[in-house]
Amino acid sequence: MTFDTLKCAATLENLNQVIEFVEEAADRFQLATKKKFGLLIAVEEAFVNVCHYAYPDGQGDIAVSCGADNETFVVEITDSGAPFDLLSLPEPDTTADIMDRQIGGLGVHFIRTLTDQVSYRREEGNNILQMILHKAGDAPP
Amino acid sequence: MTIQTTKEANATVLTIDGRMDAVTAPEYEKALNELIAAGETAFVIDFQGLEYISSAGLRALLATAKLLKTKNGQIRLANVLGTVREVFDISGFGSIFQIQDSVSAALADLG
Repeated sequence: MTFDTLKCAATLENLNQVIEFVEEAADRFQLATKKKFGLLIAVEEAFVNVCHYAYPDGQGDIAVSCGADNETFVVEITDSGAPFDLLSLPEPDTTADIMDRQIGGLGVHFIRTLTDQVSYRREEGNNILQMILHKAGDAPP
Repeated sequence: MTIQTTKEANATVLTIDGRMDAVTAPEYEKALNELIAAGETAFVIDFQGLEYISSAGLRALLATAKLLKTKNGQIRLANVLGTVREVFDISGFGSIFQIQDSVSAALADLG
């Protein structure tokens, strides 16, 4: 699988650029609209998390890579911050009422819920979050 | 994202168009906080034109709703549709906000 990669500073100003990059790749892959919408939310959550937490002492980069084969669309989000597995966070309580409701953890909940598969690995000093979506229907051509 | 504010007899209606993401959600929070600071206590948020919402958007909605609750205010959401509705459902936000099918139903519900 070959990957197209966008590398940029991990700041919120680059959110639109990242989302457009992934959306174009997902369109080329002809990912179903509903799945694409979910994926773009998952990508925003992962990107924003890196912007907020990966580089507490200053500026750092983020790489967003998209790859596809016939069946699957893969997005990898890479940062070079301290080792951190987003997927180790506990699931949020999505039933608490308005005053008790905590927003933390909702981003990772969306990442889990809106992708078909998600995994974390630490590789050569980088955190890599891999999200996979299967082509809608999954029917063989 | 654009926010249009309309003063109705019993509430202020905010019509949100576009995207509520990590970049734009603070604009919503600021607009609502200013209205609350100015003494408004009843709101209808019309999501008819909302194309996208992430956890940052939900965070802004929740923060302002909590603030409003401390002032005995009320908020209703209207036209929470399609993929935005799905985000509400998977986050449980569909049950912590009072959601009506239309702005007029939301206004009627506020009484």
